[in-house]
Amino acid sequence: MRPPSAPIDAADAAPHAAHAGERAAYARLVRRRVLIVAGLGALMVMALLFDIATGPSNLPLAEVVSGLVNPAGLDAPSRVIIWEVRLPTALMAVLVGTALALAGAEMQTILNNPLASPFTLGVSSAASFGAALALVLGVSLPLLPADWNLPAFAFLFALGSVLMLQAMANLRGTGVETLVLFGIALVFTFNALVALVQYVASQEALQQLVFWSMGSLSRASWGKLGVLALVTAAVVPFSLAAAWRMTALRLGEDRARSFGISVKRLRFFSLLRVSLLAATSVAFVGTIGFIGLVAPHIARLLVGEDHRFFLPASMLAGAVIMSLASVGSKLIVPGALLPVGIVTALIGVPFFMVLIFSRRERM
Amino acid sequence: MVPHLTIEGLSVVYGKRPIIDNLTLPPVAGGGVTALIGPNAAGKTTLLRALAGLVPARGSVRLGHIGPTAPIVHPIELTRLPISQHARHVTYMPQALPQRVALTVFEATLSALMSARSDRVLSQTQAQARALEVLERLGILDLSRRGLDELSGGQRQLASLAQSLVREPTVLLLDEPTSALDIHHQMRVMQLVAELARERSIIVVIVLHDIAQAARYCQRIVVLEQGLVAADGPPEQAITPEMLARVYKVEARVEPCSQGFLQVIVDRAV
Repeated sequence: MRPPSAPIDAADAAPHAAHAGERAAYARLVRRRVLIVAGLGALMVMALLFDIATGPSNLPLAEVVSGLVNPAGLDAPSRVIIWEVRLPTALMAVLVGTALALAGAEMQTILNNPLASPFTLGVSSAASFGAALALVLGVSLPLLPADWNLPAFAFLFALGSVLMLQAMANLRGTGVETLVLFGIALVFTFNALVALVQYVASQEALQQLVFWSMGSLSRASWGKLGVLALVTAAVVPFSLAAAWRMTALRLGEDRARSFGISVKRLRFFSLLRVSLLAATSVAFVGTIGFIGLVAPHIARLLVGEDHRFFLPASMLAGAVIMSLASVGSKLIVPGALLPVGIVTALIGVPFFMVLIFSRRERM
Repeated sequence: MVPHLTIEGLSVVYGKRPIIDNLTLPPVAGGGVTALIGPNAAGKTTLLRALAGLVPARGSVRLGHIGPTAPIVHPIELTRLPISQHARHVTYMPQALPQRVALTVFEATLSALMSARSDRVLSQTQAQARALEVLERLGILDLSRRGLDELSGGQRQLASLAQSLVREPTVLLLDEPTSALDIHHQMRVMQLVAELARERSIIVVIVLHDIAQAARYCQRIVVLEQGLVAADGPPEQAITPEMLARVYKVEARVEPCSQGFLQVIVDRAV
C-alpha cells in the first residue's frame, strides 16, 4: 500500500561517485572483518594443536599434526596420549570456550548489559548448587551412568535458573534492568544455598565439591564431548539466523520493534539458546566464569557489533582463550594440572588489557 | 492515492492510570506534517508509541487511502496487526538514542532494512543503495563510516532519523527529532520532513516542544493535555493565547512575524 517511491534524490538517478566510494569502503570493512574472523579461527587451530602437544610428556607439534592426520603412523603410547588423553580435553576446551562465549554474547545483547554473562546472572551458581546436591546428599537420577549423574544435576539446575529468568522476562512490565537484577539475586541465592550444603557436607564431599566448582577439563570424555558438540551445533545456526535482528536490537528496544522485530520472541529464543549452551558447558566442566564475559568484549573491539561477525568472533575468541588457558593450566606449575577455571582469568585478562589499551591509542 | 490515518476512541492505560483517554481525531491526511504539542506528561510520547504499536491500546487506529473516486480504500486496522506487519506501514523514531553501540552510521541504517523479515525481499545491494540515498538526503553521507559512539548528540539524532526514513514508511512518527540539534540542523530537518511528506504524500506526526517551529512547518497542530485533545486545527486556530493560558499555564501573545509566521511571546507563567 505504500505510495510509489520515487528515488529520494531525483537529480541523481545515475550511480553517484560518493555512493560508489561508500559502498567500496563498506565492502573493505566487511572483508577486513571476515579476515579477522578467519584469523581468530587460525589462532584457535594453533592453540588447539599447542594444547595437544603440551603435557607431562611433551610431543613435538609435527608429531601431533601427523598423529591427528594419520593415527596408524603413531607408536602405541603416543597414540594413547594424543587420542585418549589430550584430544578430548583439548577439544572440550575449544567447545566450552565457544559455547560460553556465544551464551555471553547473546546475553549481553538481549539484556543490553555489557556485564551480563552466564556466570554473572546465576547460571553457574545454579549449576554448582545442583552439583552440590548430587555430591553431598548423594541424590541420583535413575537410568543414568554414575559419572553422568553430577553433570545431569548441574544441567537441570542451570537450565532451571535461566528458565526462571525467562519467566521474569515474560512478566508484563519487566524491563531488562529488572532482569539483570533478578539474575544477580539468583547468584546470591544459589551461593548461599551452596554454602549451606557445604556446611553440612562431609570432609570428602566438600573437597570434591570445591574441586568441581573450580572448573576442570580433566573430566572430558568422548561421550560428553559429543553431547556438547551436538548442543552447540544445534544452537549456532539459530543464533546466526538472528544476527541482523540482534544488531538492530543494539539500536534500542523501541527502535528494533518499530523495524518490525518481535523483541519478546527474540529474547525468549535467545535465552533458550543461552540456557542450553551454558547449562551443558557448566555441567561438564564446572564453573568457568571469565569466558562468557570477556570473549564478547574482545570480539566487539575487533569487529564491532554487526552480529554476523560479532557472534562468530565471540565464539572463536572464547575458544582461543579457553584453549590457551588449558595450555596454561599444564605449564604454570610444572608436573601439576591446575583446574582450568583458575587459569582462564589469568590468561584472559592480559590479552583483554592489551586490546583495550591498543584500542584507546587508535581513537 | 493519499493515505489517511483515523484514530477513534484510543485509550492507553498504565496500571489504572489512563495516559490516553478515549482519544478521537479527525483523519490525519498524508502530504503534510502534523505536530503533537503539549506540556510535560500530556501523553505525547505515549500516543506516538500507541500509533506505532509499541504499547497495548484499546480503540481503533485505521490506515486507509483516499483515491480519486472512492472515499476510503481498504482501511487497515493497525491495532490488530502483529508488529512485523505494523512496521511495514509505520515507523517510530524514539527520543532516546542508543548509548555505547559499536556500529557505524551506515551499518545501523542498513540494519533497519535487513533485520525485518518482511524486508528480506531487498537484496544487500538494494538495501545499501537505499541507505546511502537517505544518508545523502540528510546530509550525513560523510558520517556513514563513523561509529555511532563518535557522533555528537545532533549527529546521532540525524543518524536515527536516517534509520526511520530508510524504511520508507507510509506513516512516519517522530518523537522530538530536533531536540539535540542546533538551529541550522533544526531547520534542515524540519524542511526535509515537510518536503518528504509532500513528495511521497506520507503522513508525518511529530512531537515538538518549540511551538513557533510547529506553527511554521506543520499544517496541523494537535494540542494534548492529560491524554485528551485540548485543541486541533491549523496553527492559527490551535495556537491562541487562551489555549496557552489553559494548557501551558502561561500568559503569552501570539503574533505573526513580518513573514506571516506565528510567533509565541511568553510574558509570564500564571
